Amino acid sequence: MDIPYTIEARPDTGLYNAKVGIWIFLASEVMLFGALFSSYILLRVGAPEGYWPRGWLNVPLGTLNTLVLITSSITTVMAWASCKLNQFGRFKVYHACTLLLALVFLCIKSYEYHDKFMHYEIVLKDGRIADGHIVENDPKADHVVIAGRYVQDRLDLYDLEERKAPRHHEEISIPRSQIEKMERYGPWHNTYLALYFTLTGLHALHVIGGAIVIGFLWGPGSKLWETDPERFTNRVEISGLFWHFVDLVWIFLFPVLYLI
Amino acid sequence: MSMEAAAPAIPHIEAHEAHHAEAGFWSTYVFSTDHKVIGIQYGVTALCFLLFGFCLMMVMRWQIANPGQAVPVVGPLLAAIFGDVAAKGIVSPDLYNSFGAMHGTIMVFMAIVPLAFAAFGNYVVPLMIGAPDMAFPRVNMASYQAYVVGGLIMFTSFFIPGGPAQAGWTSYSPLATSIATDGQTFWIIGMVFLITSSLLGAVNFIATIIQLRAPGMTWMRLPFFVWAQFVTAFLLLLAFPPLEAAAIMQFMDKVLHTSFFLPTGLAIGGNLAHVSGGGSPLLWQHLFWFLAHPEVYVLILPAMGIVAEIIANNTRKPLYGYKSLVYSVLTIGFLSFIVWAHHMYLTGMGIRIATFFQTTTMIISIPSVIVLTCMFISLWGGSIRFNTPMLFVMAFLPMFGIGGLTGLPLGLSYSDIHLHDTYYVIAHFHYIVAPGTIFALFAGIYYWFPKITGRMMSEYWGRVHFWLSLIFMNLIFQPMFAQGMAGMLRRMADGGANYSQARVPGAIGGLSASVMHLHTFILWAAVGLGLAQIPFIINLFWSIKNGKPAGSDNPWEATTLEWQTPTPPPHGNFLKPIEVHRGPYEYSVPGHAKDFTPQNEPD
Repeated sequence: MDIPYTIEARPDTGLYNAKVGIWIFLASEVMLFGALFSSYILLRVGAPEGYWPRGWLNVPLGTLNTLVLITSSITTVMAWASCKLNQFGRFKVYHACTLLLALVFLCIKSYEYHDKFMHYEIVLKDGRIADGHIVENDPKADHVVIAGRYVQDRLDLYDLEERKAPRHHEEISIPRSQIEKMERYGPWHNTYLALYFTLTGLHALHVIGGAIVIGFLWGPGSKLWETDPERFTNRVEISGLFWHFVDLVWIFLFPVLYLI
Repeated sequence: MSMEAAAPAIPHIEAHEAHHAEAGFWSTYVFSTDHKVIGIQYGVTALCFLLFGFCLMMVMRWQIANPGQAVPVVGPLLAAIFGDVAAKGIVSPDLYNSFGAMHGTIMVFMAIVPLAFAAFGNYVVPLMIGAPDMAFPRVNMASYQAYVVGGLIMFTSFFIPGGPAQAGWTSYSPLATSIATDGQTFWIIGMVFLITSSLLGAVNFIATIIQLRAPGMTWMRLPFFVWAQFVTAFLLLLAFPPLEAAAIMQFMDKVLHTSFFLPTGLAIGGNLAHVSGGGSPLLWQHLFWFLAHPEVYVLILPAMGIVAEIIANNTRKPLYGYKSLVYSVLTIGFLSFIVWAHHMYLTGMGIRIATFFQTTTMIISIPSVIVLTCMFISLWGGSIRFNTPMLFVMAFLPMFGIGGLTGLPLGLSYSDIHLHDTYYVIAHFHYIVAPGTIFALFAGIYYWFPKITGRMMSEYWGRVHFWLSLIFMNLIFQPMFAQGMAGMLRRMADGGANYSQARVPGAIGGLSASVMHLHTFILWAAVGLGLAQIPFIINLFWSIKNGKPAGSDNPWEATTLEWQTPTPPPHGNFLKPIEVHRGPYEYSVPGHAKDFTPQNEPD
């Protein structure tokens, strides 16, 4: 039994099966991320005036990651084009670049996550709030040291973009007995961070998934090139379409989370 | 291939047998990529869940009719499994809530959708369009496996401490996240697997119908059943991801203590909850109903498709208004995405928004009425064969009519405010899904059984099953309209006893003794409905080996392609390449010798 149109296109639709499949699948992915972006809009619009964080993320790093992903999309197209041009060696080179860029993206993302998890908001018993990155947090020591600043009102922590004063990172030592509440900048900290971690986390899972597929086609899966080059090229195209989608999602995520 | 060519005599059959000799039990029945086996796997699993969901409901009906009394027969079993929440076999409110939540979840996501869409769709659609299999057989297998994993996770949640989810099948936050047990977490993870399963199935169906139609099978020659499944696949494809997004966010709320759906100042048990706040409970409702309203059409459209096939076959004439049916079902599919907030009139939405959703809700009833009208008119002037499938279909039409028409007062905000969350709503949507969709599914089982097994199911016991089911279905759900209009709310573990006039004599608006007494009546009708399924279950299994032989590959003398294959269809379905020459319903064409002309018959 042979299923028709697995490799060659069906004349009236002009597409082979997997290409229809991936576009249909991407339509559903649009709805998945669409729902999350809609949730972002609804929660942001519903937030009280002044309580939506701005400037909390590192824009240069975000820009760099955007460039990394865009470049990886280019190498993906070039990898597919190399297959079409029957240049298997160049395919290997281009997709090696894609995989490397995916790794770079994930490393930068992990660094950003780490940065947030090292960031604490400490509410003191006298009502002041100390905010900054942890320097020393030995459970046995009776002091916690952070590099950050004191504020009187939590509102002062939200808009870091408008604040003209240079960020001072003086080391503050706080006795544990003075601490009312101490919380990392994790997803539980506020709605903005919840959205940030959920959206970028789901996106990172997509990057990992795409990289696994591309890695398979680059490594063990590339044996198919010798027996059925046309089918192999189709697989490269399908995985490439998914990769472009993942890239596109980031193109929306970057301004939404970093810039506006 | 070269070995086949070298074989001297009938090479195809030898190759075929050699292939089967290799395939063992596991690859044939468990890890099969054949769409027919997967269809049957889906069907059997879904029927088991259907029975399980029904049993949960029986326990609940006992509790409603006799609050605080030990459940007969299964009481000791409940006490053994659930411990404190079912002490001495008495269903506690917590356990009642769990059963209510799981009854809804199981029936919608694990019984009806897999049966109507995945089981019938998998078995029948590739045959109907003349394809050798689905476009992606391995994805198809993965879809079934994801469904089984999701189902097992849901089932396992019955045995964890605290029992399964308690927040209703709608899982509204903050209730769902603030219940301290882990049932909701299991529910969310189970749902993610079930959503994945639907997604893989939907992609496969759409690609198959677009790509694998046999030569000559143009869009307007597709049987209506295929159209219905096509639109259903799009609904699953586009409506489920928002629920997946919502499930991810609820998972974050539950496990990582975010506040997507938890508002600032949330109090649980009288104390301020330790949450960051800033979330929106309404957001969950929007995302949930954005799925769950199209889901209603996922439940009904495949049923309409089955009904259309059986009507055309048993009236022996073309379906009336084929094109109107196709355009109606496409319109329903589109409109079903913009009616969701009619489930949320009581959330305090503005009048303008309510008006918009009332308007779209009224508009979507138009194509639904066109579909039903076309089916009624199709009966006109036919010499109808009243076999078991046709009886179920004939009952579907008025039952779905009752369900649909009683929905109109719920679609208008001023009447919905009185009826919201009452037994009227329960009666309304059960009329659509139980004597509606489930009857159509029974009809489909009786109708396609001879194609799957080569034997007919017993006609006599089919009729017994039909008449008893029809009577008891109505005895169960008809009284609920009256209870609902009297103001009885759903989801009350004591069946409203606390709001009865017996508890507070003379209270205005208290539930009267006659309304309360209907609970006992419904309980025994439900018992009757359960007993009425015994002939069906025995008939189904007994007929596989002992039923009357179908006599031919096409015992119903049908025109569509699934009957033009051997019985049961082999791997790859058709013995020779198939070509389609005509529309799907060429019955009683004047001047022809037979009263049916199969789609693949040349001119």
